[in-house]
Amino acid sequence: MKRELTCIVCPIGCSLVAEIEDGKVVSVSGNTCPRGKAYAETECVAPKRTVTTTVRCIGGRILPVKTDRTIPKEKVFDAMKIINNLHPVLPISAGDIIMKDVFGSNIVAVKNMF
Amino acid sequence: MADLVIIGGGPAGMSAAIAAYKKGVRDILILERDGALGGILQQCIHNGFGLHKFGQELTGPEYALQYENQIKELGIRYKLNTMVLSITKDKVITATNGEDGIFKLRPKAIILAMGCRERSKGALNIGGTRPAGIYSAGTAQKLVNMEGYMPGKEVVILGSGDIGLIMARRMTLEGAKVKAVCELMPYSGGLARNIEQCLCDFDIPLKLSHTVVEIHGKERVSGVTIAKVDENKKPIIGTEEYIACDTLLLSVGLIPENELSIGASVSIDKITGGAAVDQDRQTDCAGIFACGNVLHVHDLVDFVSDEAEIAGQSAADYISGIKEENIHINVETDGKIRYTVPQKITKKKDVTVYFRVADVYRNVKICVYDGDTLLLAKKKVKVAPGEMESIKLSEDMLANCRKLQFKLEEVNA
Ligand SMILES: Cc1cc2nc3c(=O)[nH]c(=O)nc-3n(C[C@H](O)[C@H](O)[C@H](O)COP(=O)(O)OP(=O)(O)OC[C@H]3O[C@@H](n4cnc5c(N)ncnc54)[C@H](O)[C@@H]3O)c2cc1C
Ligand code: SF4
Repeated sequence: MKRELTCIVCPIGCSLVAEIEDGKVVSVSGNTCPRGKAYAETECVAPKRTVTTTVRCIGGRILPVKTDRTIPKEKVFDAMKIINNLHPVLPISAGDIIMKDVFGSNIVAVKNMF
Repeated sequence: MADLVIIGGGPAGMSAAIAAYKKGVRDILILERDGALGGILQQCIHNGFGLHKFGQELTGPEYALQYENQIKELGIRYKLNTMVLSITKDKVITATNGEDGIFKLRPKAIILAMGCRERSKGALNIGGTRPAGIYSAGTAQKLVNMEGYMPGKEVVILGSGDIGLIMARRMTLEGAKVKAVCELMPYSGGLARNIEQCLCDFDIPLKLSHTVVEIHGKERVSGVTIAKVDENKKPIIGTEEYIACDTLLLSVGLIPENELSIGASVSIDKITGGAAVDQDRQTDCAGIFACGNVLHVHDLVDFVSDEAEIAGQSAADYISGIKEENIHINVETDGKIRYTVPQKITKKKDVTVYFRVADVYRNVKICVYDGDTLLLAKKKVKVAPGEMESIKLSEDMLANCRKLQFKLEEVNA
């Protein structure tokens, strides 16, 4: 089976074609670099995404945060529920972990807030 | 006093300041009207920044922080909450803030880095009422990401530029239902990756060649009527469709913010909406430079930083009085290539020319001519207005050149 996809790893956005046999990617074409091949391989089997969002700190300020690695795509909304219940205490520096192990990723601050 | 004053503390202003510092200028002052450095990046909490520049995917605030930290380490001065009111041709800056009141500066050089603003809905002629619930995508982004306020629950987005796409995903993640993204053109102005990860991931329909023809609702938006458009972008009667929603986001493009530049009688390129500049990003007012979104709208901040480095280094050369052999080459385009930056070349050195095309073209080559002589051709499988292209011209090519022409030609199969 052939599957067409757009690589989302970088802004170039190459159009990829993945050849899938028995639930496995056997070949990828259209990629300009190796990251595109790796993307197609996970995307067709177990897609993953980075989540970027915000949390409301105690005191009301809004802090931008992200998952420090990708999480399974189908867990994105579950992760949002967990993150929206976090209300950290300031001050916080960019890179500080707000919560550990949310679907295998840490939630980290991306901005200094005092 | 200051040798170099930079107006705007976004990525362009910060990057220009650092580049000028590294070339020896010490007396630098950045004036920023906002309460923090970082510019528009502060509200762009999504990732995708810095792949070119830092080789890693950063969020907007993280990208800005890299530069802010450098500014602080180098001890470059900046004034926040400071609004520049005017600039004159002879480089007198009038600015105001709570602490100093209204004050004037007369630096040796100025770098314009004021960024861009969104086209307003006033510029659009949509029929119907003007109830609450109509926002520009950038305003909505600021509300959600910086103030933690959701502008609505059921959303239609007009315009498929990157900001609209990013906001479609952002509002969906926060629990809103984005019912459609309408795009007047037959193609999206946004990056393919954003269509994939912001729309396809959430099954949000992208309606190409569609527009909003009517807004409904008294106090609050209650719905919009959309319709398909023909080749002349006129709505086709009979294709109207009503979509119930409480919010309409407009993502219909950005324009460089150039009131200050015009006041200083800097010549503006009608197509870019920014100053016309040479390879050093110097305007036609000696000692006034421009970079970033105030010069032309960029989609990638990495390119903003590169351009700002050029402006910063050139301003440093200008201040120290370095002069090079002068030449004068105008860069012209054929319409399929809409514009180039720089618009003219005044020094013999390697120059990278950035440009955008007017439409989506496949199997083309970008040709650079000096009169009838072809200097360079670069093949492209696909070019699109949403993606800025660049081509590098060597000093040798420019040696005897009088007029450069950029043309887009078909590649015969
Ligand atoms: C909503 C949005 C989403 C984007 N998403 C991406 C993305 O996903 N990836 C990517 O790589 N790029 C993205 N970009 C592009 C990138 O963020 C911009 O190209 C970049 O921020 C432009 O930098 P700048 O410094 O030119 O302008 P800005 O960041 O706008 O900074 C200009 C600064 O000048 C200040 N200023 C203006 N006028 C005055 C005055 N009169 N006096 C004092 N100060 C003044 C402003 O307050 C502002 O801080 C996005 C841009 C926008 C608008
Ligand atoms: S294949 Fe490589 S170059 Fe193409 S979009 Fe993916 S990461 Fe970018």
